[in-house]
Amino acid sequence: MKSNPLAPYLLVLPLVLVLAVFVVLPIALVVTVSFYRYVMLVGLQPDFTLTNYIDILTNATNLHLYLSTIKFTLITLVITMFIGFWISYFLVFKVRNTLTAIALFLVCTVPFWTSNIIRMISWRPVLGREGLINDALVQSGLITQPLDWLLFSDFAVVVAYVHLFTLFMIVPIFNSMARIDRALLEAAYDAGASRFGVVWNVVLPLSKTGIALGSLFVVALVMGDFFVVKVMSGGLSGSATSGISNDIQFLNYPRAAANAVVLLAVVMLFAGLIFRIVDVRRELSR
Amino acid sequence: MGDKISRRGVLKGAAAAGAATAVTGFPTVWAQNIKNITLNHTGMSYSTLIDIARKASEDLGFKVEMSVVDHPGLINRMINDPTSIDIADSEIWQAKVFVPQGTTQGIDVSKIETWDQVTPLYKDGTFAGKEVSREGDSPFEYMYRESADATSFATGPTGWATFVPSVYNADTLGIRPDKIDGEVSSWASLIDPKFRGKAAIQNIPTNGIMDAVMALQAAGEMTYGDRGNLTPDEINQTVGKLIELKKAGHWRALWNTFDESVNLMASGEVVIQSMWSPAVTAVRTQGVNCVYQPLKEGYRGWGNGLAMMSHLDGLKRDAAYEYLNWYLSGWVGGFIAKQGYYISIPEKAKDFLTENEWGFFYEGKAATAPITSPTGEVTNKAGDVRDGGSYEERFSKVAVWNNLMDNAPLLFGKWNEFNAA
Repeated sequence: MKSNPLAPYLLVLPLVLVLAVFVVLPIALVVTVSFYRYVMLVGLQPDFTLTNYIDILTNATNLHLYLSTIKFTLITLVITMFIGFWISYFLVFKVRNTLTAIALFLVCTVPFWTSNIIRMISWRPVLGREGLINDALVQSGLITQPLDWLLFSDFAVVVAYVHLFTLFMIVPIFNSMARIDRALLEAAYDAGASRFGVVWNVVLPLSKTGIALGSLFVVALVMGDFFVVKVMSGGLSGSATSGISNDIQFLNYPRAAANAVVLLAVVMLFAGLIFRIVDVRRELSR
Repeated sequence: MGDKISRRGVLKGAAAAGAATAVTGFPTVWAQNIKNITLNHTGMSYSTLIDIARKASEDLGFKVEMSVVDHPGLINRMINDPTSIDIADSEIWQAKVFVPQGTTQGIDVSKIETWDQVTPLYKDGTFAGKEVSREGDSPFEYMYRESADATSFATGPTGWATFVPSVYNADTLGIRPDKIDGEVSSWASLIDPKFRGKAAIQNIPTNGIMDAVMALQAAGEMTYGDRGNLTPDEINQTVGKLIELKKAGHWRALWNTFDESVNLMASGEVVIQSMWSPAVTAVRTQGVNCVYQPLKEGYRGWGNGLAMMSHLDGLKRDAAYEYLNWYLSGWVGGFIAKQGYYISIPEKAKDFLTENEWGFFYEGKAATAPITSPTGEVTNKAGDVRDGGSYEERFSKVAVWNNLMDNAPLLFGKWNEFNAA
């Protein structure tokens, strides 16, 4: 059978179309608008100006927002990675029955049956000044004044992020670990490795694709968020995306677009770093 | 067919509201195809209430639907997607943005049957015989245009209105008296160190700045030339003080939406904060004591108006006029009185309030029976008097109006700093 020389192009066409319409075109629009001029509370005026970028890159408020976002991203990344790794490890290697493992895995997704917003808001009655934790601590006499830093604080933001995004770490790590040949672990034990040595030298390196993919999800989700940070900090903290959201409030689309382009570049930088550490392509085709 | 459906609507309405609907005589447009018309009323959560749409659809024989947006969202829609709205329920100062854009048409006041009864607060800029404060954007200044399609405001009354006056109120601070020792009688309390970590301010720059101005001036920390139109220096200093307070941990939260302010107060996170009247009502319906505290420096007034979008014409415009007339005819006034708002023709609302409710909300009299919220929960018991007293007493003490300052771009930039600090 002779293959049509056009076949590969035709096969790739649907994907190209989807990417062109839903990725390339919107980004091109955003980039275009980012050079437009803003007219107070009216919107955009076609133009070619670098004002928006200069504004974004030199504005101390914006720099502060980016630093705060990166801080949240790194903290969330470390915590979700730790929790995600050990939950996956438990599910794959400690639960002997595959059916039980799958059942437990599904249990991890139960919180996702409710809306994101409800999962986040439900922390409020737990962490609040008159919430569950404070009431319990005060009534047991451990503290006399309720702890204010539990809610409307950076702590609350991180709690919500971890709760919302850990699953995005569990799924890819679980997937990577499930593909590890158990004989490797046996061999390591036989060769005298300690329990921890096996985890460190065998499981961890073989799970790094999952960790990298999970990290990518978490980084993208946290860096693109403005709602969680607004609700959980009580409007006291912001993120790079809340800068964009503020600009849109006053119809300043050009600066919002410029900020989106800058944010995209920062996220790509993170993605680049992650892919630098782990060659996901090679690992996946392994 | 349209006839039948309309009549049935009227009957249903009459059954619900007593004989009152029959008196108003709606609907008056009897065209065959009117039932196919849908009017979209878009505005902010505090006045864009589904109950109003439901009742209007029932009484008018065509469909009225509500879309809720926030303040920036409304301007956004009016300018970038004007045909998605028919009636814009805007705050007064928003007219300064949308009128020059030409996306709304002037309203022919001769088609508003009860125009002569509309409160002089909007029509002439006076209240109870006295000129109302001009600090900030008072309704009268933006009430009129020279023609239907004029893109600027007229200086005095003309036959073309920018909007039909709708709901308005005098805002102040909300407090939790059960969690506060002593009296609160001044805006200065909002920034009193006594309430460190237990105070909140609204995160809407156009309104939040006014609360800050009232508080800082009352505390003697700032003096202003025109509180309704700050100079760049005044803006920098005012927001600078807000940032200092934030860094000192004074603000427990900055709230963006109505429900956030309700939760903050009801859960005890905050004991004093910027608040809107229906939020106080909502806290009280939860059985939590919350007071809309009158303050000696006066109130921050605001008002809304219903503007007609430019794309409306023919039958749809007739329907819009019909709706505007219905809006003023009393039912809405009665409904929103229970969340503490006033309507532009109070006398009409009287027909839709009990004597007890009218006495409580408008006349400052002690309630003779329990007072309920629009949704029927008890908010005040017999013997209670409305915070701040009668309509006249409250509205004659409006010191400043919500506004859009000339230096708004600077304000918004500084406000972002406050947010990020």
